[in-house]
Amino acid sequence: MTLNSLMPVLPELVVVIGAMLLLMLGVFRGEGSTPIVEVGALVVIAIAAVLIFMQPSAPAELFGGSIVIDAFARFFKILILIGAAAALVMSMPFWRNHKLNRFEFSVVVLLSVAGMMVMVSARDLIALYLGIELMSLALYVIAAIDRENVRSTEAGLKYFVLGALSSGMLLYGASLVYGFTGTVSFAGIAAAAKSPSTGLVFGIVFLFAGLAFKVSAVPFHMWTPDVYEGAPTPVTAFFAAAPKVAAIALFVRVAVSAFPNIALSWQQIIVFISIASMVLGAFAAIGQKNIKRLLAYSSIGHVGFALVGLAPGTAEGVSGVLIYMTIYLAMTLGTFAVVIAMRRDGGQIEEIDQLAGLSRTQPVMAFVLAALLFSLAGIPPLAGFFAKFYVFLAAIQGKFYALAVIGVLASVVGAYYYLRIVKIMYIDEPAQRFLPMPRAVAFVLALSGAFTILFFVYPGPLVAAADAAAKSLF
Amino acid sequence: MTMYHFIVFLPLAGALIAGLFGRVLGARPSEIVTTVFLMIAAGLSWVAFFDVGFYGKDLRVPLFTWISAGDLKVEWALRVDTLTAVMLIVVNSVSALVHLYSIGYMHEDPHRPRFFAYLSLFTFAMLALVTADNLVQLFFGWEGVGLASYLLIGFWYQKPEANAAAIKAFVVNRVGDFGFALGIFAVFAMIGSVGFETIFAEAKSLTGKTIHIFGGNFDALTVICLLLFVGAMGKSAQFLLHTWLPDAMEGPTPVSALIHAATMVTAGVFMVARLSPLFELAPSALTVVTFFGATTAFFAATVGLVQNDIKRVIAYSTCSQLGYMFVAMGVGAYSVGMFHLFTHAAFKALLFLGAGSVIHAMHHEQDMRNMGGLWKKIPFTYAMMFIGTIALTGFPFTAGYFSKDAIIEAAFAGHNSMAAYAFYMTVIAAALTSFYSWRLVFMTFHGETRADHHTYDHAHESPLVMLIPLAILATGALVLGFAFKGVFIYEEGVEKFFRHSLFSHDNWHILHAMHEIPGWVPWLPTVMMAGGFLVSYWFYMVNPRLPVALAKQQDVLYRFLLNKWYFDEIYDFLFVRPAKAVGRFLWKKGDGWLIDGFGPNGVSARVLDVTRGVVRLQTGYLYHYAFVMLIGVAALITWFLFKGAA
Amino acid sequence: MTVPAFFFYLFSAVAVASAFMVIAGRNPVHSVLWLILTFVNAAGLFLLIGAEFLAMILVVVYVGAVAVLFLFVVMMLDVDFAELREGFLQYLPIGALVGLVFLVELVLVVGTWAVGPGIASAIKAPIPNASQVTNTEAIGRVLYTTYVHYFQIAGLVLLVAMIGAIVLTLHHRVNVKRQNISSQNARTRDTAIEVVKVKTGEGI
Repeated sequence: MTLNSLMPVLPELVVVIGAMLLLMLGVFRGEGSTPIVEVGALVVIAIAAVLIFMQPSAPAELFGGSIVIDAFARFFKILILIGAAAALVMSMPFWRNHKLNRFEFSVVVLLSVAGMMVMVSARDLIALYLGIELMSLALYVIAAIDRENVRSTEAGLKYFVLGALSSGMLLYGASLVYGFTGTVSFAGIAAAAKSPSTGLVFGIVFLFAGLAFKVSAVPFHMWTPDVYEGAPTPVTAFFAAAPKVAAIALFVRVAVSAFPNIALSWQQIIVFISIASMVLGAFAAIGQKNIKRLLAYSSIGHVGFALVGLAPGTAEGVSGVLIYMTIYLAMTLGTFAVVIAMRRDGGQIEEIDQLAGLSRTQPVMAFVLAALLFSLAGIPPLAGFFAKFYVFLAAIQGKFYALAVIGVLASVVGAYYYLRIVKIMYIDEPAQRFLPMPRAVAFVLALSGAFTILFFVYPGPLVAAADAAAKSLF
Repeated sequence: MTMYHFIVFLPLAGALIAGLFGRVLGARPSEIVTTVFLMIAAGLSWVAFFDVGFYGKDLRVPLFTWISAGDLKVEWALRVDTLTAVMLIVVNSVSALVHLYSIGYMHEDPHRPRFFAYLSLFTFAMLALVTADNLVQLFFGWEGVGLASYLLIGFWYQKPEANAAAIKAFVVNRVGDFGFALGIFAVFAMIGSVGFETIFAEAKSLTGKTIHIFGGNFDALTVICLLLFVGAMGKSAQFLLHTWLPDAMEGPTPVSALIHAATMVTAGVFMVARLSPLFELAPSALTVVTFFGATTAFFAATVGLVQNDIKRVIAYSTCSQLGYMFVAMGVGAYSVGMFHLFTHAAFKALLFLGAGSVIHAMHHEQDMRNMGGLWKKIPFTYAMMFIGTIALTGFPFTAGYFSKDAIIEAAFAGHNSMAAYAFYMTVIAAALTSFYSWRLVFMTFHGETRADHHTYDHAHESPLVMLIPLAILATGALVLGFAFKGVFIYEEGVEKFFRHSLFSHDNWHILHAMHEIPGWVPWLPTVMMAGGFLVSYWFYMVNPRLPVALAKQQDVLYRFLLNKWYFDEIYDFLFVRPAKAVGRFLWKKGDGWLIDGFGPNGVSARVLDVTRGVVRLQTGYLYHYAFVMLIGVAALITWFLFKGAA
Repeated sequence: MTVPAFFFYLFSAVAVASAFMVIAGRNPVHSVLWLILTFVNAAGLFLLIGAEFLAMILVVVYVGAVAVLFLFVVMMLDVDFAELREGFLQYLPIGALVGLVFLVELVLVVGTWAVGPGIASAIKAPIPNASQVTNTEAIGRVLYTTYVHYFQIAGLVLLVAMIGAIVLTLHHRVNVKRQNISSQNARTRDTAIEVVKVKTGEGI
């Protein structure tokens, strides 16, 4: 193995080494170095992103095929880096305002990003598991990073314990799959698993249960509302963005490239958790008063919609998932930007009621949030509509009619709670003003809003990139 | 691009410009744009009229395919033949003049761009109607004029009566449109096409076929024609569906002149003429048409006798004259009916615009009991109204003389079982028409004034923009009959002029027959006209107390007429109240209790229940969460266990 | 019955029984002790199949470090376990059902066990002959060559764990006096002692 052969994983190496350098910097310079570490983390992410863009488009395999750098992986790595960068940017003013001064946050985020990058490139079960653990452990830590806050630590603890349980399931499933195919590499599994045997299918169930936990799909979603509510808001924004995208990517890759010949079996699981997620996400969100909890259920629902695209197991469907996750990422980051900006002198506000009359007190913010919510509800011509459109189209082409119909119905129910927020903002009597939005947060909100509103003008590049990425799996 | 594109779409362009950009442009430019566009369209219409009528340049201008669903193929095309050409000049000329007139009449109104946009929109819809190449396109125009009529009647939407009248017009027309739509469906069901060419070609094959409805078999053509005629009755305010027309007078007077005298209300007549090849094959339907026409002619004239609102008198007159036209249609004299439509457009628009001029002079006073002696104050208007009246009553050599008398003669010569009834009714109605028309003139312009001093002293002649249309229409009312009688009434002329646009049966035998009637018949209407005039003169000039005394003496009859045969009351009792009761029931019980209870409200309540349940699941206890995960896995595994791995 | 088989059933039976006792035991300290017994028996099972390295690692890491750490934690926490246990019976039926489902599933998996024809050839790193290389060496040969990236990623996982532990637990309290050895060593008589002349009756 020469150093040259490591070139394809250069972005990962940059992230890891960057994280360790920044860790050293932080450790030796003390907490005063937090701003430098934060900026450094952003620089590392930017460098990694540039390196990914510069990679040749031909797929590259490393480490005996356990890691692959293909268009699919690159697509998701870019999304992950964007999600992480946006969360870091939004976290900086948040920590300042809350007198939380922890350089470790940026370092841990970088390490979790490294884990996610391993995940989306993983082509065997061991890399898959290690990637997931690297990401998850980092997430457990940052969920509890506001350790003086009981809710934050509770969130971290719950996430950790349930995450351990899900890891157990995942490992159990992986061991079953290994036992029945004799290999851990996806290609080998695909070659060995020609027909579904009971043991193999049970292995898939456990494996998918573990993955479903990571994407917070029903019924493995229970941690989501509590963790989203308890964790500091920028951390929640990060949770809802990058790890979810990475886990969906992993889900897609495992399903499509490890079990293509027994698709009928895993499709049933996907259909079940997809329907359950869409329905539960739609119904449970209605009763929420805390906006972070609401967004937690919203993200559960959106995972359900994204999985609709995976159900047919076709290139179109996977392309739909990719588009969905891209748009979801943009919408989620923008929405959380608003949640971060919900701040008064008394501190952070999380009650939905407090958005009342925002259209009159902060019209621009209200408008962008309304656009984002309309988009989340899937109302044309906003981006969210196209996201749903592509996955439903793929489901219908794959003859998953019931799935598509239930999805549409769920999005109708879901529209209710999004529109309720719009109603509160535009019709109810104004509550107190929020403090002015920090510039970094406004920047993220503006980008996300612009993407969401203007996506329909020029959807071509994203659709083309998603198509190319999806093709690389088949 | 042909001339016809401009004729049809210039008004639409005007409507869009005035309607969408009226506020930006301001009132005056909106008026000018719409009026100039209409004038161009009117000028082109006359060119088209001569092209088509006298040089035989019929044509069909295909525009685009409108609907293509299964067997139903609807092209959007302009069908231009003589019938269309006649309607084109009627619609565009009157519309252009009304636009011009409205510049003066509406000059105080703050919403003029809207008004002119509506007027032009109406004109476009009417043009779409008359140029229709198929029933669906016809229906589009039909509904378009209905909409524009609604908007214009309710133009002064601050007035509750105007709103009520607009709604009434719309609802009553719905009854007719329902029949019309059913007729179109029936045509499509029987023939499989809605295009006129196909329908006419296939119509013959339908004779003897039956339609199965309400458990019985009925002659298909009769059913179709009757259904279509229901539509015509609604739009042309025929007996039983007439109630909306007098109320529609709540709209601005130019609107009454354009829509409720010259154009929209004649759409029904036009439709019957256009579908004459179909109607001619259904003699029983034609008998029904004759009956309703004759009844309307008589009924409306009787009501007109006692009305006091100047516009309502003219409205009932219109209603009555439309009855005449249907009589002509019913006895098969389509060209004669079209002739009356043509001349009536001129003199009735003249009367309405004249009435508008009077109202303008009297500061929006419409009650004739508060007028009188105005001829000195507004001599020009008086002269114009006078011309309109003699044309309407059928004074020799005016327009009405030729067209109306021809209808009476055709009724006499007609063969169907209602022709004799129609003859007597129209003759009596001629006398009544003469009476109420002169009553209007006498009460408005002659005698001592009954207006209060202030109003009377300030009565003034209207501005020139309002008088020019009057003069033009007056000229028309005088000469149109004489000028065009050759091509509308006389066999040879009609054959050359209309050719295939109207149904010709046995070489227009009815036209032939109506010229071979006993010598006293043509004189009868003129005598009636003179009689009506004399009675009217005696009642209102010589002995003005007599009508009052007569009304007292014949109180029941007077009230019966004054209340328009109690139609509004009967309908109110029969339809409006039950409908409201049913509506209230459906609203409170059907909607509020049943649908809302089990539909939206019920569903949303269930949704909330589900939500509550789901939220209750979220206990916050770790072991519950872990349990849910395990149950999920167990459920999936059990599923595969029972279903088998594949 | 051969000796290995006897020991296999012995270890397995004890492992399962003590695993059950971990969750059934009333005293948490006892539970941890049962857990240690489970680990030891599992190590015995490893020994039986000739994986002595894994057996020793299991004993050293899990028994020696993890379980003992558990023991400390359990003893330090002031948790009323009797109260926690009250909910246990409430969930017993559904728990038993889930357990039953898993058990049936396990039986089914074992029942349908069949080594596919392609499986033997699919194995990438065949197990070397135990008589030629030791366990430790065999693992070491692949762990630092073919699977070095796994090793590195696992290292990163540990790094994160370490950072997390420090971030979440290390408190820099302001008013705590800490020992600063270098400054202690750097002290001289001059810096430590100040001689002050005090006038009588005035104080410092």
